[in-house]
Amino acid sequence: METKSNDYYTTERKNLRHLAYWTGAWGLTVAIAAFGPKFLWDFNSSISILAISISTTIGAGMILMNRKYANGLDEMHRKIFMEAKALALGVGVVGGLSYSMLDAANVIPFHAEIGHLVMLIGVTYFIAYIVGSIRYK
Amino acid sequence: MKNRIKVLRAERNMTQEELAIEVQVSRQTINAIEKGKFDPSLPLAFKISRLFELAIEDIFQLD
Repeated sequence: METKSNDYYTTERKNLRHLAYWTGAWGLTVAIAAFGPKFLWDFNSSISILAISISTTIGAGMILMNRKYANGLDEMHRKIFMEAKALALGVGVVGGLSYSMLDAANVIPFHAEIGHLVMLIGVTYFIAYIVGSIRYK
Repeated sequence: MKNRIKVLRAERNMTQEELAIEVQVSRQTINAIEKGKFDPSLPLAFKISRLFELAIEDIFQLD
């Protein structure tokens, strides 16, 4: 049989690379929008609105790239990806609301930060993806 | 679902990677299908059956 390359891997790696670029760009614009008012432009509202708009636009691009990445996966990897995303979303919603209620009821001695929720979602997704990958090995 | 993919591959001296290339999925997916850990979709089952020139039911059987 002649040696052929697997176009699936080529597409998957290209999409993953683009997703990494979009995610990195989004993270950078979020950091600029979050810390810029204090450290870069002294709470100038116009610049803050511009920075937040850019961050939101790039975030929308990242979401669309996420969808493109999922659609480019083969069916088993798409299943693992979607299951991990579903778990991360569920844990994010339930965990986020519980965390918020703990804060509102003054049960926790600090403010519930959105960053903690993002970390929880990220860690849940990562663990769910690893477990899913091992399950189908 | 059981399947005869591993046997059919061996008869044709075909590796998992070569089969994966032919049906445009990853090698891990072929491995999971062979081990019965993942059931392929109907389009993928058709691609595999067409490649081996057999009917789907000659390759895949319900447990």
